Amino acid sequence: MSDTDAPGITNTSTAAGGGGPATDGRLLTVTDVKTHFQTDRGLVRAVDGVSFTLDRGDTLGIVGESGCGKTVLSRSIMGLLPKRGLVREGSIVLEGTELIDLSPKEMREYWGAQMSMIFQDPMTSLNPVMKIGNQINESIRQHLDVSKDFATELATNLLGSVRIPEPEARLKEYPHQLSGGMRQRVCIAVALACGPKLLFADEPTTALDVTVQAQVLDLMATQQRERFMAMVLITHDLGVVAGRADEIAVMYAGRVVEKSPAEELFSNMKMPYTEALLSSIPKLGDATHTRLATIPGRPPDLVNPPKGCKFAPRCAYAQERCLEEEPPLVEVTPGHEYRCWFPVGTPEGVEALERNKREGTVAAASLTRGA
Amino acid sequence: MPERPPETALVGDFETPDEQIVEESIEGGLLGQSAEIRVGAVAAGGEGRRRGPGLGLGAWLAIGWMVFIVLIAVLAKTGILTWGDAEESFGRCARKGPLADEGSASGFLLGCDSNGRDMIPRLALGAWTSMLVATGAIVVGFVIGGFLGLLAGYFGGKETRFGAVIVGALVGAVFGLIIGGVFFAVLIGLGDNLAGVLGVLFGALAGGFAGYRRGDLDVYLTGVFNVMLSVPAIVLALSLTAFLLGSADEAASGGGLPPELVLIIAIGVVSIPLVGRISRASALSWAQRDFVLAARAQGAKNGRIMVKELLPNVLPAMFSISLLGIAIAIVAEGTLAILGVGVRPPTPSWGNIIALDRGNLFKSPHIVFEASLLIFLTVLALNFLGDVVRSRFDVREGGI
Repeated sequence: MSDTDAPGITNTSTAAGGGGPATDGRLLTVTDVKTHFQTDRGLVRAVDGVSFTLDRGDTLGIVGESGCGKTVLSRSIMGLLPKRGLVREGSIVLEGTELIDLSPKEMREYWGAQMSMIFQDPMTSLNPVMKIGNQINESIRQHLDVSKDFATELATNLLGSVRIPEPEARLKEYPHQLSGGMRQRVCIAVALACGPKLLFADEPTTALDVTVQAQVLDLMATQQRERFMAMVLITHDLGVVAGRADEIAVMYAGRVVEKSPAEELFSNMKMPYTEALLSSIPKLGDATHTRLATIPGRPPDLVNPPKGCKFAPRCAYAQERCLEEEPPLVEVTPGHEYRCWFPVGTPEGVEALERNKREGTVAAASLTRGA
Repeated sequence: MPERPPETALVGDFETPDEQIVEESIEGGLLGQSAEIRVGAVAAGGEGRRRGPGLGLGAWLAIGWMVFIVLIAVLAKTGILTWGDAEESFGRCARKGPLADEGSASGFLLGCDSNGRDMIPRLALGAWTSMLVATGAIVVGFVIGGFLGLLAGYFGGKETRFGAVIVGALVGAVFGLIIGGVFFAVLIGLGDNLAGVLGVLFGALAGGFAGYRRGDLDVYLTGVFNVMLSVPAIVLALSLTAFLLGSADEAASGGGLPPELVLIIAIGVVSIPLVGRISRASALSWAQRDFVLAARAQGAKNGRIMVKELLPNVLPAMFSISLLGIAIAIVAEGTLAILGVGVRPPTPSWGNIIALDRGNLFKSPHIVFEASLLIFLTVLALNFLGDVVRSRFDVREGGI
């Protein structure tokens, strides 16, 4: 089932053009995407100007805490957000087609067939009263013009390919008869049923047992390789994307604060937030009862974000300047961008951290005291 | 299933300390056995998964009673087995109950009504009428209310301009007819028909405009349900029945709708908001689940999501409320009969058997008592079955 790109799928705008002028051979180009919600409290800037590109076969890891806009970004690109109160700007180009202006009706051609999504909790993302076989067949028969028998055969093969034992028997079972890991495999099978070119995985292993997390991630990597599919892997755990993503974007308060090829990010991180995320992962070598490193405070209110750098109130490096001026996205090496006035590992950064430690204070403290 | 007894046996036996030592030696064996049975149950789970604990005596009694009533009703209606003529009058046993100490009611097991008609065929035929009206009414409520509730629940909070405009216009038209009609007729002094048409027109325009501005179908459908629920059900059913039945003269000349159909429509309309609210609440909570979004992310259309993803999840709740609804409808039919609308004699229904002889309650109580008992038992059985259905037809995890 390595190539399920079916004849029924409309590829017209792109395949016929042979990759028009706008594509650059890129699968997905996201430029300055903003996604805001109008609420009673005011405008929530859930995603505030995110840009990236993605090629077929590559994996982009999006990392950040809860409430940083990772999920909204992925749903915004998919066009799955509810319309009410939604403000969506920027440009999302999939193989030369601009998606941001398309109506849900037009997007339906893309959902499932061109791009697809895996959700966090396999307990709720499968219909509890529908047999697994039917759930897979549903999406196959939605997009591909095939007979029921053929769809069932396809579903059996799919279940086999996501390494579910006895796929024929499983087709007739209900989701609650499977374990969490198996359910997530079924979700993967559903998402891959129509051979999408782009897969969004929204915290695909967060709800799973640690012992099956690696299995599920490996399975996704295998499927991605076999299908030459692009993947956006969303997680709060840098450990999940390490070694799996080609490029990593760290998001904070609706913006990308650091974006870099994966090896570069781990060896030469510039953004204090990335450093803080990494050091909050417990290490196996640590002595027992070692205090876990945490990031103090919470992500900012996206209705009234702080004036300067959004991370400054929680940052160990923050200076007065960080609270006043927002740092722009600067590029150190090709492909490695960050937003910071006092980057990690630079003389300014080291000095800023030293000064904060010496004075026993951070910029955040003065901010909270002032407020 | 057999998984339960070992545990209960263990708990129970520990209460007597003398036997504790003996029990401990058995404990291992019992636990081992129960573990074995559990494994067996899981292994067998693949095939006969739904064979959980038995239904219980109460449920079987309720099912038995309903089968009995339906069977009798069908037999009496089709004439296969009528237990005598429902219309034939026996003067000697009029108002005589089975326990009457004077005169003779022999040959009539349940006695006769005030016209000397045998109660048994009348009650059997009445079962048909009552069940027909109640079931028909709930089917109306189930289909329309369930559909509207599903719409409201699924589109709740979403922007659904088209649907909201249509529902808004309909609601506006109804209110316009009432309020605008009065306004134009009384204050401005136009003719009744013209005032009505103008009222409907203005109401529909205002409602449609409001729907366009607000754009949420759920708000309007819930509003309709609330308005319908806030009118006392019996008043709504009574006025609908009276309106649809037409005058007695009309009925005598053979015109108008058959009374059974009128009752089905009237009670059905009253039951729409009941079923609708339940199905809306259920659909609303299911529509928030990820699998609905997942289906959308796979390119499923709204209609498909509603029918294939939501409906199967909402149905158990709807079935359960509908069984209760049948019970309520049987009572409602009786109430309407007592109030003097509904099935016309000589056609018997449980309701009009009571209505006809409620004046003889003290002289011959058996007439009202027998019909009431049938209603009571049937309503009880249906209530019971409603609960059973809700807990049984749950293929979800909670059902395990």
